[in-house]
Amino acid sequence: MDKLKKMNKTTKSNFITYAMVIVAYIIMQVLVSAGVVSSLMTGLLVPLCIYVMMAVSLNLTVGILGELSLGHAGFMCVGAFSSAVFSVATVDTITSVPLRFFIAIVIGAVAAAVFGVILGIPVLRLRGDYLAIVTLAFGEIVKNFINVVYLGMDGKGFHFSMKDTGSLNLGEGGKVIINGAQGITGTPKNATFTIGIVIILITLFIVLNLIHSRAGRAIMAIRDNRIAAESVGINITKYKLMAFTISASIAGVGGVLYAHNLSTLTALPKNFGYNMSIMILVFVVLGGIGNIRGSIISAVILTLLPELLRGLNDYRMLIYAIVLIVMMLFNWSPRAREFREKYSIKRFLNRKSIEKEEA
Amino acid sequence: MMALLEVTNLGISFGGLRAVDSFQIQIKKGQLYGLIGPNGAGKTTIFNMLTGVYKPTDGKIVLEGKDITGHKTIEINHEGIARTFQNIRLFKELTVLDNVKVGLSEQFKYSALTGILRLPKYYKVEKAMTERAIELLKVFDLDGEKDYLASNLPYGKQRKLEIARALATNPKLLLLDEPAAGMNPNETKELMDTIRFVRDEFDMTILLIEHDMKLVSGICEELTVLNFGQVLAQGETSKVLNDPQVITAYLGE
Amino acid sequence: MSFISYLINGISLGSIYALIALGYTMVYGIAKMLNFAHGDIIMIGGYTIFVVMNTLGMPPILGVLVAVVVCTILGVTIEKIAYKPLRQASPLAVLITAIGVSYLLQNVALLIFGANTKLFTSVVSIPAISLADGQINLSGETTVTIVVSVVIMVGLMLFIRKSKTGQAMLAVSEDKGAAELMGINVNATIAVTFAIGSALAAIAGALLCSAYPTLTPYTGAMPGIKAFVAAVFGGIGSIPGAFIGGILLGVIENLSKAYISSQMADAIVFAVLIVVLLVKPTGILGKKISEKV
Repeated sequence: MDKLKKMNKTTKSNFITYAMVIVAYIIMQVLVSAGVVSSLMTGLLVPLCIYVMMAVSLNLTVGILGELSLGHAGFMCVGAFSSAVFSVATVDTITSVPLRFFIAIVIGAVAAAVFGVILGIPVLRLRGDYLAIVTLAFGEIVKNFINVVYLGMDGKGFHFSMKDTGSLNLGEGGKVIINGAQGITGTPKNATFTIGIVIILITLFIVLNLIHSRAGRAIMAIRDNRIAAESVGINITKYKLMAFTISASIAGVGGVLYAHNLSTLTALPKNFGYNMSIMILVFVVLGGIGNIRGSIISAVILTLLPELLRGLNDYRMLIYAIVLIVMMLFNWSPRAREFREKYSIKRFLNRKSIEKEEA
Repeated sequence: MMALLEVTNLGISFGGLRAVDSFQIQIKKGQLYGLIGPNGAGKTTIFNMLTGVYKPTDGKIVLEGKDITGHKTIEINHEGIARTFQNIRLFKELTVLDNVKVGLSEQFKYSALTGILRLPKYYKVEKAMTERAIELLKVFDLDGEKDYLASNLPYGKQRKLEIARALATNPKLLLLDEPAAGMNPNETKELMDTIRFVRDEFDMTILLIEHDMKLVSGICEELTVLNFGQVLAQGETSKVLNDPQVITAYLGE
Repeated sequence: MSFISYLINGISLGSIYALIALGYTMVYGIAKMLNFAHGDIIMIGGYTIFVVMNTLGMPPILGVLVAVVVCTILGVTIEKIAYKPLRQASPLAVLITAIGVSYLLQNVALLIFGANTKLFTSVVSIPAISLADGQINLSGETTVTIVVSVVIMVGLMLFIRKSKTGQAMLAVSEDKGAAELMGINVNATIAVTFAIGSALAAIAGALLCSAYPTLTPYTGAMPGIKAFVAAVFGGIGSIPGAFIGGILLGVIENLSKAYISSQMADAIVFAVLIVVLLVKPTGILGKKISEKV
């Protein structure tokens, strides 16, 4: 975030962020149509959009709200499965693809938001560490739960079981939608790079406008000093819940894109587990906590880099771990701070100008 | 005339420790009132009870005829009490201007959705809010630093910003917890003028905790002296400061 | 009588959670941080024993001793390198660092030992006990786990009450600043806390891997998180609370596995956490921590 944010400065900064996304999109489109992009790369475009959204979403929680969520993969999972169930169930009845996909996105967003509220109400009153652990637990519960769920549909409506497909008692022409650990198959592949980019732009519009509004200031005030925020009449629970729910909801939409980019959707530790939540956290930390544009850039770089440098793949998670530790030590340890104070030109200039004002 | 703030028999215990006992005070509208006493006498604890940070064990706090005892901090702020903190509590990563605008939040309202969608009301209210915030910053001579991060302000200015932020909530009663702490004599003198100006200009009632005797005797009309959680003396400033009991207990042998 | 068997096995599993929870709760009480990597210390302890016993062919007791030493050194080193520089940092930064450390330990183990499950040889060699005409069977691991946990628990309580270091730990957990003024070496006290917590984690690792004899780089993660739930359940910062919370959680988990659904047992355990936080955030024996204004 720009430290000195005049009104026009924020507008400018937001504009740069939007422009960056659009330019990246145009360049990618040109490269793809010129045929210079490998199929591996084109296959990465939608996941890239998903990671960017997840990073922006988590940064809203970590950077703006100042709380840590380790269950963002869980919200993503909720969004993915709720929307995929809808799409598979209505693939024959709603024939307009844009309409169906639009409704699927809304369903994913709302479902994740509902879970955000359910988790947020008990936990956001407490010290930050609890949110981390509860969201982590939540992610695991969701993943475990999905793996034992069987859901089918026939003429009479939905059938639900936690045993097997047989006990669904489906009637004539019924179909299984969620098949336990095998997940959902046959989700229409509606997610495209263009839709991904449009959704990213909408997400940015929501997040950036929220930050630079009355509600966003209240949220950041709570982050900076809860007691002072209360003392000036800010409703802590309301604003914390607002930020957390919006964040969960964006993660849910990320899940919708994920589900509609694959023909088979399963809840594995790999896609919706703890590792995914950590990876997104690494994007946020490396891009700068609270820096939305930074999250986008680091999500893109960290997704592409291991793909470009295949040999790095074994060490990828090790590197992530080191990134987390080193970034925090670099930002916070007194010795690193001293070092940066000494060699930072920006600080130097800033201090000069304050001294001048005082004189 | 009815007092703006009327506190009777206020007390609080932490575990077995009686931190404040049968504290009472009456503050009239427009008054500049001082609360003094040695360290650990319970002054900040009283502020914390008045603002709902602590729930009093017993007693009653009445603001303009309304009982606000045990209410939550945000409710009390909405009722009309705002405060500053002994250990400065600014929104460090926000700009000076935004710190004040957070204080203005409850008077200049628009919904979160209006903000996200950037509806015309957003621009209208934000403009009015910024104007009001700058007016307030001017009172404290902070308008030149409005785009600085609060944490980059020098100490004295941070204290002033806290007062500006508290005033922004449009309170009836302003509580200042050691506003002159860490200021040099010049800054303190300037602060005294500012406090007087705030009282006159905003028609404000002010209760302040302070150790700087020059400031206290210079601007406070009435004083309450606290010692070991109990009221030692109460009344007109000059009388209280000449009370032999006060002199031994507080001003030293 | 199978209910009693489930119950006793639950208590045994709960004792392991309790041992891990002790480490969490002590560190939380004294350093005011959630040491996310605590669970992974268990895993390191498990691998250490595995190497000593299976690779080097040494006796189990030596394995446990080496694991205690390795984990203690590791715990103190982590504290010194990763957490100590962050004493003044925001809680968020400390938490992220701890997660980084946890992730680092898992992935180092992954690189060294691979993702394949290692079959752990039990360190316990006493025979199973059969009670009530063979209706209740207690494995040697179960008995040893319960006994060891109770002994450690009592020992730890005595240590904190009677020893000078224990008193210093209490003082630091009350008020770091005041403790420092009283001449207590706060940094050393925090280091000792990490050392004790990590040593307990090593023992918990030995017991856990003996009772559930599979070892992967992620072995410690789940029990670690559950032990944290136990610590919150019992009241974070409270040593008897960690013990009670651990036992209760183990019993809840085992009974859910037996009577509800084995796949949903974890979900039920976490649901307990959410309910506790809703109803009594301070836990069974916890006290309210309020911020100074």
